[in-house]
Amino acid sequence: MLSRTADSLFWLSRYSERADFVARILDATVRLASLPQSYAGESNEWESALAVAGDADLFRSLYSGANEDTVRDFLAFSPANPSSIRNCIEVARENARSVRTALTVEMWDDLNCAWLEIKKYDNSISREEFSRFLDWVKKVVLALDGSAYRTMLRNDAFWFTRLGSAIERADNTARILDVKYHLLLPATERVGGSLDYFQWTTILREVSALTAYHWVYRESVKPWLVADLLILNGQMPRSFANCYEILVRHLDLIADAYGRRGASQRIASGTLAKLKGTKISEIFEGGLHEFVTDFVADNNRLGSAIAEQYLS
Amino acid sequence: MVASCLRLERNLRLISKKATGEGLAEAAFDEMNGGPNGSAGVRSAYEGLHRWLGEQSPEFFNTRRSQAELFFRRVGITFAVYGDNETSERLIPFDIIPRVLTKPEWSFLERGLKQRVTALNAFLADIYGPQECIKAGIVPADLIYRNPYYRLEMKDQRVPHDIYVHIAGIDVVRVGPEEFYVLEDNARTPSGVSYMLENREVMMRLFPELFAHHRVAPVENYPDALLATLRSVVPASGNRDPVVALLTPGRYNSAFYEHSFLADKLGVELVEASDLFVQDDIVYMRTTQGPTRVDVIYRRIDDEYLDPLVFRPDSVLGLPGIMGAYKAGNVTLANAVGTGISDDKAVYTYMPEIVRFFTGEDPILQNVPTWRCREPAALSHVLANLSELVVKEVNGSGGYGMLVGPHATRRELDEFSRKLKHAPDNFIAQPTLALSTCPTFVASGVAPRHVDLRPFVLSGADEIRIVPGGLTRVALKEGSLVVNSSQGGGTKDTWVLDA
Repeated sequence: MLSRTADSLFWLSRYSERADFVARILDATVRLASLPQSYAGESNEWESALAVAGDADLFRSLYSGANEDTVRDFLAFSPANPSSIRNCIEVARENARSVRTALTVEMWDDLNCAWLEIKKYDNSISREEFSRFLDWVKKVVLALDGSAYRTMLRNDAFWFTRLGSAIERADNTARILDVKYHLLLPATERVGGSLDYFQWTTILREVSALTAYHWVYRESVKPWLVADLLILNGQMPRSFANCYEILVRHLDLIADAYGRRGASQRIASGTLAKLKGTKISEIFEGGLHEFVTDFVADNNRLGSAIAEQYLS
Repeated sequence: MVASCLRLERNLRLISKKATGEGLAEAAFDEMNGGPNGSAGVRSAYEGLHRWLGEQSPEFFNTRRSQAELFFRRVGITFAVYGDNETSERLIPFDIIPRVLTKPEWSFLERGLKQRVTALNAFLADIYGPQECIKAGIVPADLIYRNPYYRLEMKDQRVPHDIYVHIAGIDVVRVGPEEFYVLEDNARTPSGVSYMLENREVMMRLFPELFAHHRVAPVENYPDALLATLRSVVPASGNRDPVVALLTPGRYNSAFYEHSFLADKLGVELVEASDLFVQDDIVYMRTTQGPTRVDVIYRRIDDEYLDPLVFRPDSVLGLPGIMGAYKAGNVTLANAVGTGISDDKAVYTYMPEIVRFFTGEDPILQNVPTWRCREPAALSHVLANLSELVVKEVNGSGGYGMLVGPHATRRELDEFSRKLKHAPDNFIAQPTLALSTCPTFVASGVAPRHVDLRPFVLSGADEIRIVPGGLTRVALKEGSLVVNSSQGGGTKDTWVLDA
């Protein structure tokens, strides 16, 4: 396969995954913002959404303050924000257009229709319309992912789309943890309070894991268990552990098909081994923030290794 | 020279009687209703279609047309119009009423096309080789040497299997039941074949009952024929199982959809120059498994952008060193470098002589009678009759830089007069042909509109392949003769009836 084709498949998956992520963050934020102040806390939840899903410096160069209107515009529609939902869909579709031959008709149809459809939306829409818009974005990404699963040949083209979405997911989960780690401090620090409860459940909503949490832990929401779910639990689709299982599996398939292993296989399996050999208590002992920061650096290193080994 | 002018003038009168601008559609031959004004009754090839058209309500056509448009937009069949910022991706309008040719009509065209393309290839091998046709006085030497499309780099450079034009799009117009003319030879990178294929696809979806009642010759084997053609011209040093790639300028090119469509149907990589590199005069593509040698490149990039080391140094679309690999005989370019000269409109005027010289036969397909404004007698005739003629710039394409005399304003005529006097060599003129019309679905219902036909001729080392039909382009504006998509033309499915 052409390196450029692999590159486009990788990035179209990354960008569609990112569109889904930004939509989830906005959805959870709208919900948190609708709670009375005493439940939602003093902090500006729009500020926090911005920190998770966007580039705060870029935002400040474009708007005077973070509120519902400006953050909604920036994260969902702004052409100036490379990670706005609109841009993610446009970039994903541009990548798809340049590698039409590597996509199935169904995938192209999903992306092209989304691209045609999103032109109809801008920030003037009402709260209700906005929340329908977010649902629509999530459905587009589900459909695209479903089309990839159901229609693509199981060859390197498919594997590169899996790599793109897994590495992006890992990065997205890490972003949430990086911004909100202070809420997830261990039991000894401070427990309970309705304020924190809504913050924690917001985190779970952002990764669509609120129900999953109860099934896995069968108890009320505890911050260290939230961290455990997002980092180490292999059953949780967006956890670091699961993302790295996907990355290792598909990098191995590529290495077998091409008959050669390289830096990306080494980095990915190293990171997975580290995740598997760690307990959540050890992570808290070493510092959650430090752990997440190291993980983000490793994840970026893997991205560069994949680019160097296959995409250029 | 005098003799040729006289012959042309006689032809002009013949055609001008039919066509005097206004009312051209009434004067034109209608492919469904026969002679002008439907005087001859419905022609047999169209009987089934005519009956069917009469049975449908206008709403039926409207819904089918919007279904067709939806189909085209969803699969992303769009083209970009240069200089049009507002909508960078537009649809070419599609007309749902097919254009029908009979088997005998097609057989005649097919023989004529094969002869013409054989002559084109022989002509190119000659002007880049021994130049017998110049020595024999068939074409003037200065027309070749001073032509911007003559590539000196290709002189005495053999190309694999001596084939230059692997893919030709020959524009054919019709003015009567038996009268076909070649309007233009497109020998560089002719486009439109994806529309031929997709038009058929959408027609079969929308009107299965029509196909059940007509024996329409299929066109879907075009990609197979193209791949066979490209694989047949592998260079001697190439892989036994040749690697073919389609080279595109990229997704901002107006024909990008067609490039990706064809690469997909061919099952070959769609490459941009940045996917390729040249090492030791061999072209490689960058793949996820390392470099892979490429043997045949179907390139959809013009000569001047192909290699910044040889042609335009500012080209970012090109591949440095590709000409070196080409000249070393390690890669085949389809079409060859330097074919532009054979679709030059000045060279076109010599095609009858070229066909005779290289095939030893009389041309089966005639040229449109043409004045070469480079010849003083022709120029004065053209200036005196400008309002009745079509004047074309020798190096223009896509309907740009063209004057349709009967439809031009006084000011446009004066402006063209000045241009002609200033640089007569740059222009040719032709009578305003009463192009045949076909029933077309327009706002007011079904009405005749002028059409042309672009069949695609594939020349391989083994044989010449043509799928039956081609792309029919239709001028959607009432009375308009300009069918180019960049000028508001549309397309139709083209049927060759097998029986």
